[in-house]
Parts: sequence; C-alpha cells; structure tokens
Amino acid sequence: MKRLSGFYLLAALVVLLPIIFPDNYYVTVVGVTALLHAILAVGLNLLMGYAGQISLGHAAFFGIGAYTSAILTTRYGWDPWAAIVVGIALTGSIAFLVSRPILRLKGHYLAMATLGLGIIANIVLVQAGDFTGGPDGLGDIPTLSLFGWALDTDLRWYWVMGATMLGTVWIALNIIDSRSGRALRALHGSEVAAEMMGINTTATKTGVFVLAALTASLAGSLFSHQQSFISPDSFSFFFSIELVTMVVLGGMASTYGAVFGAVVLTFLPELLVVFEDFEVMIFGAILMLMMIFLPQGIFVGLQTPFRRRLTRRESPIADTPGE
Amino acid sequence: MLDQILQFVLTGITVGATYALVALGFSIIYNASDVVNFAQGEFVMIGAMSAIAMSAGENGLSPFLALPLAILLTIGVGIMLQRFAIAPAKGASVVTTIIITIGASIFLRGVALLLWGKDIFALPHFSGEQPIHIGNATLLPQNLWVMGGAALLVIGVHWFFNHTHQGKAILACSCNRTAAQLVGINVGKMMMIAYGLSAFLGAMAGLLVTPITFTSYDAGVMLGLKGFSAAILGGFGNPMGAVAGGVLLGLIESLSAGLISSGYKDAIGFIILLLVLFFRPSGLFGKATAERV
Repeated sequence: MKRLSGFYLLAALVVLLPIIFPDNYYVTVVGVTALLHAILAVGLNLLMGYAGQISLGHAAFFGIGAYTSAILTTRYGWDPWAAIVVGIALTGSIAFLVSRPILRLKGHYLAMATLGLGIIANIVLVQAGDFTGGPDGLGDIPTLSLFGWALDTDLRWYWVMGATMLGTVWIALNIIDSRSGRALRALHGSEVAAEMMGINTTATKTGVFVLAALTASLAGSLFSHQQSFISPDSFSFFFSIELVTMVVLGGMASTYGAVFGAVVLTFLPELLVVFEDFEVMIFGAILMLMMIFLPQGIFVGLQTPFRRRLTRRESPIADTPGE
Repeated sequence: MLDQILQFVLTGITVGATYALVALGFSIIYNASDVVNFAQGEFVMIGAMSAIAMSAGENGLSPFLALPLAILLTIGVGIMLQRFAIAPAKGASVVTTIIITIGASIFLRGVALLLWGKDIFALPHFSGEQPIHIGNATLLPQNLWVMGGAALLVIGVHWFFNHTHQGKAILACSCNRTAAQLVGINVGKMMMIAYGLSAFLGAMAGLLVTPITFTSYDAGVMLGLKGFSAAILGGFGNPMGAVAGGVLLGLIESLSAGLISSGYKDAIGFIILLLVLFFRPSGLFGKATAERV
C-alpha cells in the first residue's frame, strides 16, 4: 500500500479533475496533451533516468507509431486497433535492431547517435511523400472506438489517455522495484560493476530501450487517432528535446517527476502565450534557470527537503530515501 | 559528369568550411569545459544578423565598422554564456549541461526573433558577384572568401593552442583543472577566453557564408547540429579532427545532393555519421577509446 500511495494520489487526481471541471479547456484539451506527454516522459525516464542512457531522438519512435497508425487506417482501411498493434511491433523491431550498435556508445557519442536517428526519421517522414503525405501531413485519420463507444469528444479522450497514462506509470513503478529495475539502476551506477554482479548489461539496456520505444509508439498511435491529422513537425528534433526536458525538469529517475515535468512543459507555452513575442525568449530563460539552480529537477528538488523533514519526525535515525 | 563532380566538390568545400568553423568552436568549448554547447549555431546567427541589422537602412554603419562590431557583440554573448549559464552550474551532469545550452540557444533565438522578426536576410558579397570559371565549374568570389577565411582561422587557432602562453594554459585546463589552478593558471579567465574564441569563430563563419546562404533567426539550429556532427565525425575533442570532419561532411552532403537526392542529403550525412560511430566509435581521427570507464 505504502509503496504505491503516490500512484493512488495521482490516479485520484486524474479521475477527479474532469469531474470537478468537466468543460474546462485546460483539463479536457490541454490536459489530454499533458497526459500524452506524461506517457512519453515516463517511458523515456526508464531509459534516461534509471538506466542513464541519453536519447535525443525519442520523437522518432513516437513518429513511427503515429504514422503506422495513420497510414494503415487511411490508406489501407485497417482497423485502428490492429494498426496500433502493428505500429508497436514495427517500432519494437526497429528499436531492437538499432539498439545493439547504438547502446554500445556512451556520453556525447550516444547523444549524437540518437539525435542523428531522430533527424533521419524526420527527414524520411518529410521526403517519402507518397506514403506519409510529405510536409503537408496526413489527415482524416479515424478516431478509435472502444466496444462501440466512439472516442469523439475531448472528455472521452481524456479518460482513455488518463487510463493509459496511469497504466504506464503503474508498469514503470513495478519495473523499477523489480529485479530488472535494480539491474537498471546498477547499470546507471557503473556498467563494469553491474556486469561483475552478473547482470547482462547488453540485454538490460536493449530491453529498456525497446520498452521506451514501445511506449512511445503506443502514445504516437493514440496521438494520431486523437488529432485525426499529423505532420512531420510533431516528430521533429525539437520534440525530442522537449521530451528530454520533461524528464530532466521533473527530476531524473523519478516516475512522478517525469509526469510532473510533462505537465509543466505542456502548460508552460499555454501560459506564456500572453507574453506574445516574448514567448520563445522566456521559455528559453526558464529552461536555463531551472537547470542552473535546480539541476536535480523541480519535483525531486522540492521533494527532498520535504521528505527529509518528514522522516526526521518519524524516527530520529532514519535518513534513508523512501523509494 | 566530371565537371559536375568538380562543381559539387567546390560547393561541398565551401559548405564544409563553415561546418569546420562551427565544429572547431564545439571542440574548443568541449576541451576547455567538458560542455557540448548546443548554442554554438546561435553564434553564427548572431554574428550575421547583428552585422546586417547594424549596416541596414539609411543611417546604417559602414560594413567596415558593422562587421567588427558584430564580431565583438558575438564574443560578448559567448563570454556571457560562460559567466551566467555554464559557470554557475559547475559540476552538473552531461544531460543537465546539454539542456542548459539548449535553453540558452532557445533564449538567444527568442531574442533574435523579437529584434529582427522571421524574415530572411542577406549580407552583400565582399568582392562582387562576378563568377570565376574553373573548367566548366563556376565559383563565386565569396566562395574563395569562405575557404580562405576558414583556412586562415584554422591555422590561427592551431597556432594559438600550440605556440602561445594562453593557448597552452587553456589546454592545461582541459587536461586537469585543479592542476592547472595549482600552477597559477586563472581557470575562470581561460574559460572566458575559450568561450569568446569559440563565439568569434561562429561569428566569422556567419559573416563569411551569409552572402551565399542568407540567414534568419533560426538559421543557427541546423548549423549547430551539423557542426556537432562534424566534430563527432572527426573525433570529439580533437580540434583538427573537427575541421577535417566539417569539410568531409560538407563534401558528403554536396555530393549526395548532386548525385543521389537533394531531399535526402541531410539524412545521408547523418547515416554516414551513424555508420562511423558504429564501426569507429571514437570518430575518424579520434583516440582509440570513445569514453573511459
């Protein structure tokens, strides 16, 4: 119970918000995007925060999922659910194929390789116009329906996206506390030491890379059915950077931090719109200042002193981190 | 066919020379402070845009004043980046510094957008637009300016690091900061020089190439990425490798645009980069190991 108490709090929040504010733009429109971003960030956080492998090209997997769904349903008349499954399978295979050579790299080289991968994927989306619609994108993507219940309102999409997000968080939390989760963290600390302890580092890294890609693919499929129109702009280098920022902004190696970062980064541009021309500048400045003064992330950074105070009250000896 | 290839090679070297300067800037900052500066491309944009802004209009400054002022301004931006964004975040992880510099690049782009809008600008050619014929290939005088200017700068940087006291002091900082401090090197000042030098190279690249390629507030993004690729291609942290990587990347792009597909030229550049990373993770001219454990 205690281990998942944060999860129940999050679930309650996700469920209560639309009940209290059913017609609020920030809940049912921006909120859906925030939930989508949270799915992506939680997946990426497993790779970056826990396994310590940077990826500057995560938007590629998001894009492959989205475009597989869009192309199969609009051009070949497939059932959307079948298209989602094919998208996940395709993304997983691609991620598996590239993971071996890519994850042998470290640090800046890994950053460059993943960045290159993301840019190549984006160029293909723009250039393969016959299939992808090129820079103009693809429209008229049908919406999903669940047992005859068509997802045709913002609120319905909120429920589906919210449930998927909670599912992702739940799976992530359980992985982290499992044997493979400990393997991931050992890997982050020192790969050599992890190997000495009998952890198959290659398999572990490949596994988490593929898992993050699968999550992104699912999110991509949902995104394309929800938006009913997609274009390569949504899967660019900038979006990869935004995803990394969400993870780091909340605090690496904290699943709730990733959710928090996703929510903040989704709402920030909405709030900055009032500054009009200054929007881009302020966004950059906030990003910089956050990272300079709270490099461990806002969520983790604010949580640590709070938690320390709590534990000190409970027992005078314990200063052990809770998770 | 041969004439065409000659033409692609000449174009490739011109573009490659710009990449080389940006890549050199990446290497200098990386060597001095272990930071991958994603705002490197913004130096190119600021150099070019501010020169255009200062020389524009009836009351604009003469180019002889505007260009040096633009260079000084860019150097100032580089030093401020070090002082106010990199230095306060001392000891931050790789990912954190990457996001700080990305934040800085977004911020600088935002300032440029605010000041100059979304229009595309050009600088006048330095010495006319009369094409020069080499066989059946043609070359603008500005191409020669780019190649010659880049070559001189590269030689100058090489000389600076190998033959001047300050250049060697920066190299000492990159080997071991604490030891450098112990022998009396002012590490803070050396960092500022390194960032200033790197910004200077970016501004020069911008001024040299903008008459041919034009510029806009977001022109720095792709240039920054290309410069980073070039630096990695040559072996990160090896300044002369970065220069070679830049020229090579320019050539690859130009030849693949001409012979294969112009739409996929950037993709081909990145695919070759990935292959190099997969089979020679330390880059073409790098040391044997990509990263020590």
